[in-house]
Amino acid sequence: MTTTESSTAPSTALAETKKSGGLTAAASNYIDERTSISAAVKGLGRKVFPDHWSFMLGEVALYSFVVILLSGSFLTFFFQASMSEVHYDGSFVPLKGIEMSAAMASTLDISFDVRGGLLMRQVHHWAALLFVAAIGLHMLRVYFTGAFRKPRELNWVIGFILFILAMAEGFTGYSLPDDLLSGNGLRIIDGMVKGIPLVGTWITFLLFGGEFPGTDIVGRLYSLHILLLPAIIVALIALHLVFVVVHKHTQYPGAGRTNQNVAGAPILPLFAAKGGGFFFLVFGVIMLMGTFFTINPIWNYGPYDPSPVSAGTQPDWYIGFADGALRLIPPGLEFVGLGGTWSFNILIPLVGLGLFILLVMIYPFIEAWITGDKREHHVLDRPRNAPTRTAIGAAGVTFYAALWAAAGSDIIATHFHVTMEGVIHTMQALTILGPFAAYFIAKRVCLALQKKDREIVLHGYESGRIVRLPGGEYIEVHQPVNEYERWKLVDYSEYKPLMIRPDARGRITTGQRMRAGLSRWFFEDRISPVSTTEIEQSHGDHH
Amino acid sequence: MPETKTSKPRPNRKAGRRHPMASVALIAIGLLFTGGAYAMFSTSTARAESDLSSQQTIDEGKKLFAANCATCHGLSAQGSGNGPSLIGVGAASVDFQVGTGRMPMQMNGPQAQKKPVQFTEEQTRALAAYVASLAPGPGLPDASLLDAQGDAAAGGELFRINCAMCHNVAGAGGALTEGKFAPALTGVTEAHIFEAMVTGPQNMPVFNDANITPEGKRDIITYLKYLENNPSPGGFALGSLGPVSEGLFLWIFGLGAVVAVTVWITAKSN
Amino acid sequence: MAKDDNGGKELAAADSSHGGPDVPIGTAVVTRDAIANPGFPPHDLRITDVDPKANRRAERTVYTLFYVSIVGSVFAIAAYMAFPINPEDPGSVRLNNLFIGLGLSLALLALGIGIVHWGKALMSNHEVIDERHPVRGSDETRARAVEIFEIANEESGFGRRTLIRNSLFGALIAFPLPAVVLFRGLGPDTDPVELLSHTLWKKGTRLAMDPSGTPIKAVDVTLGSAFHVIPEGLQDLEHGKLEEKAKAAVLLMRLKPEDLNELPERKDWSYDGIVAYSKICTHVGCPVALYEQQTHHLLCPCHQSQFDVANHCEVIFGPAKRPLPQLPIAVDSEGYLIAQSDFTEPVGPSFWERS
Repeated sequence: MTTTESSTAPSTALAETKKSGGLTAAASNYIDERTSISAAVKGLGRKVFPDHWSFMLGEVALYSFVVILLSGSFLTFFFQASMSEVHYDGSFVPLKGIEMSAAMASTLDISFDVRGGLLMRQVHHWAALLFVAAIGLHMLRVYFTGAFRKPRELNWVIGFILFILAMAEGFTGYSLPDDLLSGNGLRIIDGMVKGIPLVGTWITFLLFGGEFPGTDIVGRLYSLHILLLPAIIVALIALHLVFVVVHKHTQYPGAGRTNQNVAGAPILPLFAAKGGGFFFLVFGVIMLMGTFFTINPIWNYGPYDPSPVSAGTQPDWYIGFADGALRLIPPGLEFVGLGGTWSFNILIPLVGLGLFILLVMIYPFIEAWITGDKREHHVLDRPRNAPTRTAIGAAGVTFYAALWAAAGSDIIATHFHVTMEGVIHTMQALTILGPFAAYFIAKRVCLALQKKDREIVLHGYESGRIVRLPGGEYIEVHQPVNEYERWKLVDYSEYKPLMIRPDARGRITTGQRMRAGLSRWFFEDRISPVSTTEIEQSHGDHH
Repeated sequence: MPETKTSKPRPNRKAGRRHPMASVALIAIGLLFTGGAYAMFSTSTARAESDLSSQQTIDEGKKLFAANCATCHGLSAQGSGNGPSLIGVGAASVDFQVGTGRMPMQMNGPQAQKKPVQFTEEQTRALAAYVASLAPGPGLPDASLLDAQGDAAAGGELFRINCAMCHNVAGAGGALTEGKFAPALTGVTEAHIFEAMVTGPQNMPVFNDANITPEGKRDIITYLKYLENNPSPGGFALGSLGPVSEGLFLWIFGLGAVVAVTVWITAKSN
Repeated sequence: MAKDDNGGKELAAADSSHGGPDVPIGTAVVTRDAIANPGFPPHDLRITDVDPKANRRAERTVYTLFYVSIVGSVFAIAAYMAFPINPEDPGSVRLNNLFIGLGLSLALLALGIGIVHWGKALMSNHEVIDERHPVRGSDETRARAVEIFEIANEESGFGRRTLIRNSLFGALIAFPLPAVVLFRGLGPDTDPVELLSHTLWKKGTRLAMDPSGTPIKAVDVTLGSAFHVIPEGLQDLEHGKLEEKAKAAVLLMRLKPEDLNELPERKDWSYDGIVAYSKICTHVGCPVALYEQQTHHLLCPCHQSQFDVANHCEVIFGPAKRPLPQLPIAVDSEGYLIAQSDFTEPVGPSFWERS
């Protein structure tokens, strides 16, 4: 974007459009004379976005958020965030006359007495699930392609905070109807917070306005859900997108693509068409789900009551990993001492997951420190070309997935006809051992793929055609790879392990040692991109 | 009621609903379609109760018992190492266990499972008559309690407090310890639901008439039949399993569809 | 396999990265004989670029889709009117949801597909190349920024007048503190520990059924029964019904007396095999109500903690540590079950001040 030149440019261009006349020109002139919008059009209108399906995942998150805002605004017109007791008197027969909170009753009214209300509820909830899932998938894409490297580290952190906020939005929204399922969810939150040493009891007391469940929590969560959290999310999304504009989009390695350019479709018109059309497609898919598939049938759950509970009480998927962690803790981890009760059965998941989240958030800085590479990276890594990073990612995904699956342990048990205890023990093992296995396998697979790439660059593709040579020898004819394809296979940077060298004062610091150790771990096993010398040699080998 | 080979009262009621194998396959892909064709009216099973006390029926039941049940339960139903005593369990218990195919047990497992029924309705009644003749116990429920015309709201409240923790709020079933499970309640006849509450089969607690009145039991049946006969207003219920099936569905089909769209959008047009 | 061992800065300029020649490249390996970027491949034409018929067909498809979208929107409006919700008919909600949703889905999907197809088939698909510049400002800009800060510092005396500056920092830190205090008002002025330690149960309170509130006679609790219990009078409370229920909910079960393995000090807490335990899980507070009458196990459906009723509800599986608190019970003169006292320990999840 060339903002420096923009101030002088519009005058002549606009003078011309004015001459050509017409309503559009007049309107454009009117607006530009009051907003200088032509500068924005000039700067952004032909900005380039590379074309790749994985670059649209962030858009999915953005668009589902828009759908959430639209459907959510509709719901606020009917929802009452109050826990005052009422007797339900709506259309749903099996709850008629039952005592419940106004929040629950108004949610039932939205579902059963407002035309299209149930559709909007379901659209809102499906969009929320999709929002968090799309953020997750987008983050995986960014991680595995190394798109978080300089200059995008801060944007990774912003995106990560958005992920956390999205989960918070989801959880606060899930709790609003005050139904049996979400009430038990809040009960679990209450129990978890009580497990925090020293301050836990008081935090729940303040959160719930007294004892659980109290009559305040729905109203408080509502303020967070529709006011505070969305405001922060909107601000951070804006910032996130500003950075996308400032940095310009990354691109996959490909012929002609370098760190100094970006190739793709201009915003106007092609990218706007694809992106704009995509908004309606995402909205349409969400609408289809809301049309055909029930989500959160609160009429089955009934109003919250501390005594009943349903089999299969689970949070929405994005909180599942935390619920799973609570389930997997082995028995007996609660002790009394040092002036209080230490609930390690709660603290270990809390602190463990907190550390996991923190590590993911600061990963870009860790990797930058290890490589010491201060250059900007706009060409992405293919996951195989960063084997250790990919392997760490695979380990993290496995860890998360095991915890996630554990949150459905009872459903797994009933549907696969296995014992629940067996499922829990398997998941416990998987949570600990799975990441190591995933790390090892992913790394080996990456290295093997890199070797295959080298083979292809040096000897071409296996064509499957077997030829018998005059001497009687059989060989398979190899199809050479063209230079454009070849470039995709060799365009990556390679790092070597760091040598420990004394610093200016002749000492070797602990930090230096650590960095060297990590660097060795990262780059000990590596495969270099093919060089021209090697290609010439291989041609020499062949006849 | 005419005698048929299968003594299942309404064999076609389950059409369009999941059966065990399908649910295994379907949960794996995160999708469980329920709904479909639901019968509009629940025809309550009218039972001929008159002949339970006739000596002829009892004798017939005794023969059947000796041939099919005595191996585990003992020749005079006094119980053995392989099966509990049946003295005092009543006709309701026999009708439930045999009428749902749980008895005779095929093999020892965590719990006796529902399977194709082994005896005709008449034979089941004969067995029930025999066991009922040994000692007083819960009898077959009165047809007036099985009409599913009670108070669904009261039944729903009772169901949530007494039953939902094992059977799930929508009656979709749930896990118990060591491989046991509380079965799904869709497609279970009114009489069998009633008998299960009265007799507490296997690990299910007993809900005697002081705990849940016969009227309350009728309300619970009314509620369950309401759920069964009125498909979810929101569309397919995904097995009514709650957030787990919703999450799986979203990841596989929702996100899957969206990713397919992204691939289409960015694919080269030709 | 790494051939070069320079890793030094002197070769960095040869690399395709940028950000100035003096940007450290860390341990990146730079090779002199790297394969060169071949430049952009030639542009492929689409069928709509070469075949006017295909072009017209694509155009037709696009506007047809837009018309379909309009039909969808109109259909949704029509469905809104044609499928009202009839309180007497539960199926009407389903139809309302289904048909409005169908119309809207059609409108959105047709619109989206139309726009994207327009872009893909008819708009120019020539790749546009944009130059990148380092994200950092140019040296000139940065110098000017520094200069501005220096001027500002000079004009304000921010760096020089340290007393002003430091007291400003102090004031800025101090002013949000009152807000923290304000949040104390979120909870009432009572001691949470006191509240958590007591329930509605006291000596002589009858055990009543949830939700009816009918008192329970001991003779009614037959073998294998499980009663969901609240203290009598709970349903008549004006305030705090749910809060009290959240602590006082109890599960009442009858086992064969010989199956019960009671602690010596609790020998008289049960009545003829009837025992009452708190229903609130000692892990994080879900109702533990899945009672298996043959194994005497209680299961929590939230996190799968298991308690053995036969052995004073000790934990046999899962994350919970403490047994469920037992409510001492007895029978009054009329045969009703009553509590001997409140629970002797706080019920529900652990908290710091509990011990």
